[in-house]
Amino acid sequence: MPFPILSAIIFTPIITGLLILLIPGERKTEIRVTALAASFIALALSTWVYFSYNTDIGGYQFMEKYDWFPQLGISYFVGVDGMSTPLMVLTGIVMFTGVLISWGIDDRPREFFAFLFILASGVFGVFAALDLFGLIFFYEIAVFPMYLLIAIWGWKVTREYAAMKLTLYLFIGSVIALVGILAMYFSSDLGTFNMLELENANFSPEFQKFWFPFVFFGFAVLGGIFPFHNWSPDGHVAAPTAVSMFHAGVLMKLGAFAALRVGIMLLPEGARFHLPWIIILTLVNVVYGAFIAMVQSDFKYVIGFSSVSHMGLVLMGFATLNGDGMLGAGVQMFSHGIMTALFFAVVGVIYDRAHTREIPKLGGFARLMPLVAVAFVVGGLVSMGMPGFSGFVAEFPIFMGLWRYQPWIAIVASISIVITASYIIRVIGRVFFGKMPEEFVGHFGDATVLDKVALVLLSAILIVVGVYPTVMVTMVESGVENIMRLLGGA
Amino acid sequence: MEFILDYLLTLILFTPILVAVVVALLPSEEVKLQRWVAFLGSLIPLALSIILWVAFDPNEPGFQFQEQYVWYPPINSSYHVGVDGISLTMVVLTTFLTPLAILASYNIKDRVKAYMFFFLMLEMGMLGVFLSLDLLVFFLFWELGLVPMYFLINQWGSETGEREIWGRKIKARTYASFKFMIYTMAGSLGLLLATQLIGVVAGTFDMPVLFEEMGNLEGTLMGFPASTVKTVAFWAFVIAFAIKVPVWPFHTWLPDAHTEAPTAGSMILAGVLLKLGAYGFLRLVLPLYPAESKFYAGALAFLATMAIIFGALASYGQRDFKRLVAYSSVNHMGFVILGIAAAAFAINSDSATLALNGAVLQMFNHGLSAAGMFFLVGVIYERTHTRDLDEYGGLFPLIPVYGGILIFVSMASLGLPSMGGFISEFLVVRGAWPIFTLFTILSMIGLFFTGAYILKGIKQVLHGPLNERWKGHLSEINVREAFIITPLMVLMLLIGVWPSVLLDVINRAVMMFYSLY
Repeated sequence: MPFPILSAIIFTPIITGLLILLIPGERKTEIRVTALAASFIALALSTWVYFSYNTDIGGYQFMEKYDWFPQLGISYFVGVDGMSTPLMVLTGIVMFTGVLISWGIDDRPREFFAFLFILASGVFGVFAALDLFGLIFFYEIAVFPMYLLIAIWGWKVTREYAAMKLTLYLFIGSVIALVGILAMYFSSDLGTFNMLELENANFSPEFQKFWFPFVFFGFAVLGGIFPFHNWSPDGHVAAPTAVSMFHAGVLMKLGAFAALRVGIMLLPEGARFHLPWIIILTLVNVVYGAFIAMVQSDFKYVIGFSSVSHMGLVLMGFATLNGDGMLGAGVQMFSHGIMTALFFAVVGVIYDRAHTREIPKLGGFARLMPLVAVAFVVGGLVSMGMPGFSGFVAEFPIFMGLWRYQPWIAIVASISIVITASYIIRVIGRVFFGKMPEEFVGHFGDATVLDKVALVLLSAILIVVGVYPTVMVTMVESGVENIMRLLGGA
Repeated sequence: MEFILDYLLTLILFTPILVAVVVALLPSEEVKLQRWVAFLGSLIPLALSIILWVAFDPNEPGFQFQEQYVWYPPINSSYHVGVDGISLTMVVLTTFLTPLAILASYNIKDRVKAYMFFFLMLEMGMLGVFLSLDLLVFFLFWELGLVPMYFLINQWGSETGEREIWGRKIKARTYASFKFMIYTMAGSLGLLLATQLIGVVAGTFDMPVLFEEMGNLEGTLMGFPASTVKTVAFWAFVIAFAIKVPVWPFHTWLPDAHTEAPTAGSMILAGVLLKLGAYGFLRLVLPLYPAESKFYAGALAFLATMAIIFGALASYGQRDFKRLVAYSSVNHMGFVILGIAAAAFAINSDSATLALNGAVLQMFNHGLSAAGMFFLVGVIYERTHTRDLDEYGGLFPLIPVYGGILIFVSMASLGLPSMGGFISEFLVVRGAWPIFTLFTILSMIGLFFTGAYILKGIKQVLHGPLNERWKGHLSEINVREAFIITPLMVLMLLIGVWPSVLLDVINRAVMMFYSLY
């Protein structure tokens, strides 16, 4: 039997999380080092999976299957394809850099890392799951710790409100999705939750048309689809830095990914019927999100709404239902995950020092911390879709998909590019350049070495994917082929 | 040597960014070292492009020194580079001006490392546009050049000056850089959308393939008639390039950006960056949309004439020396566009070939004279800390060498016979005359105003009563500065008296490139 590498990736964080709880709470250094080591293992293993995945063969690889509740047709069944492999690496990277950035957390780091790692296991599990029950199971594991992480370690002003809002939104969403999943289970006559079998269940078109919105919206809430997006900026802002990174970087992809895997891939006929109007909602995401980001004065809200805008592009790519759009959406999930993790890391570094996030009160940080400024500029260029950076590699095919599907949507959506450029330039200009306010001068120094390692790693990935897209697009393309086969066969 | 010749274009394209990385890794305190590494490093692309010039065979049709590697497989985009006579001229201009501009930046004292990094990155962006033969890669470099230019203006631009925007006072350089960025990004948005559209309908971004296939697109595309789709894409390209050139009335970002940019930034902005737009017309618009170009050539010629006349008048009306030179760019680039418009109307006629020759040569000449003019403005500004023409006056006796150089370069800019500008403007006018007679006549009246503003500049700075406050405070042009301006002057004169050194290459390229489409 080959080494169960996916299981190793999925369970490393949660086991470490439980082990960390055994370390006495005051031995903070040991706790941090253990956390860092575990996240490094998860990153190394997921990177290994990424580079040993065979794109020529495609399909699901590294599969593992064990019976769980055989009577109900539930099994522990995991495997990755071209769509999910980049997301596994993304999770590994965000986890590793998240630990580096949270090194300074002094309030109960033991519990913090434990919850964070339980969350990480849930995320890995969803990306690898090939069994619907397993998917929902891991999905709930990923969502629940969020409540505690925000409510306990979050920003004091809004943390209870934001944590509650976020949890209720996501909980309701997942319940609705679960109803749809159960409907699939009962009407398929296969008696299984195995997604590979359900793909060929041939649900009747009426069934698909009725149940598709349940499943799709249930998950897409976590992807931040308009009008169910407004839990997300509040949640981002209230969460501590590493949690924001996870939240925007990985968790929102979880929603989009599950909406794709369960909604579009299992109910293709329903997708074909409903997505033409859903794409209008995603268009609102993209354009309206960018405009809202432009008028925010809180640094973190700017980034929060930019995530709404960029996740809209992901869902929009899915909604085109053609190969280009899907390809772009797949790359965009990865690219946006890294970019937004970078953004929130930068915001965290600045907030830790200035204790304010009001953009008009900040200024002149470039001289103090040049590397942080460079990292933010790189993220900003990705965000505005500058060629040579990963955002362009992702957005270009999405727009090509839109041209194929509905040219006017491409034209309207492109407004967001200019708006994004203008708010990114504004933030760069106000926060990093200009004059530093008197009360900050001389009060704090450059970012720590660990922060720098995290920022350099994140920016380097954004540039590598932008300059040499082949490293990722062939992988995603092989995943898209499978999706297109399902869509074509329906 | 074998290796160099095989990968010549890639080497030219990426040496600047390598040098930039080296500069970035130098210790922060070693300012001198950073300057010299940047300068000597920028001589490598120049040396390589001289090799390119020598090894290039003007008689061979098509693109030479081609290299092609897969870049983005799912959408069929490849890293494809190659040169013909038109792009070769521009590559040489770029690699020639960049070391001079870096040398002109030795007075920058603030964050030299970052400055040099952006400057070399800018060089790569510009070279990439001239070299790429893939539409997507073309767009990549087109946009990439914006970033360093934005930061050069925003961070190292002029310290003084304020502008009011939305009721808030901000620094003039912040205003100018923001305007530059948003203007050009909005312009290239259309280019981006049209590039995507072409990718969707043609299934490839490879230029040589597209040149052949665009003409065959007929019937309906995505529910619209092919001609409608092509017209929309044509205008998207035209607007993007027109903003960059800039063609009147899209020029308003230019005076601000030029005035606020640091001296070397203005040199490159006027010397090379404006050429990107004109190059876009030559390389993409004419061969991809011959029918549309012909149909709308009259409108383009009209805009070019307006640019020539209004550019000259606006220039004459300025009190700020740098703004005067900035508007002169609008005026001179108008001739490039006039030549292109005339050629678009009657492609492959003798007159069209003459006009295109003139346009390409004018791009080169304006690159030299505009860079020279901006540099000379920078020299005087550094000594007087004012650009107000009314505050100079009678400086000739104080700084005779500088005065002589200023007159020489001004005359080159004016298009005095025996200088390069004369040859190229004459060719444009001669080519455009039989095609757009009225516009050509109006443009030649515009030339009269060109003389007026050039003479105004000379008079206000050098002649008239001496402004006493400069007495004893003004130093003569120094060796480094003379070293920068000399090569420019030599080339201006060389092209003026022996134009065929460039025209041979340009003429063959123009005839071979456009006869295919």
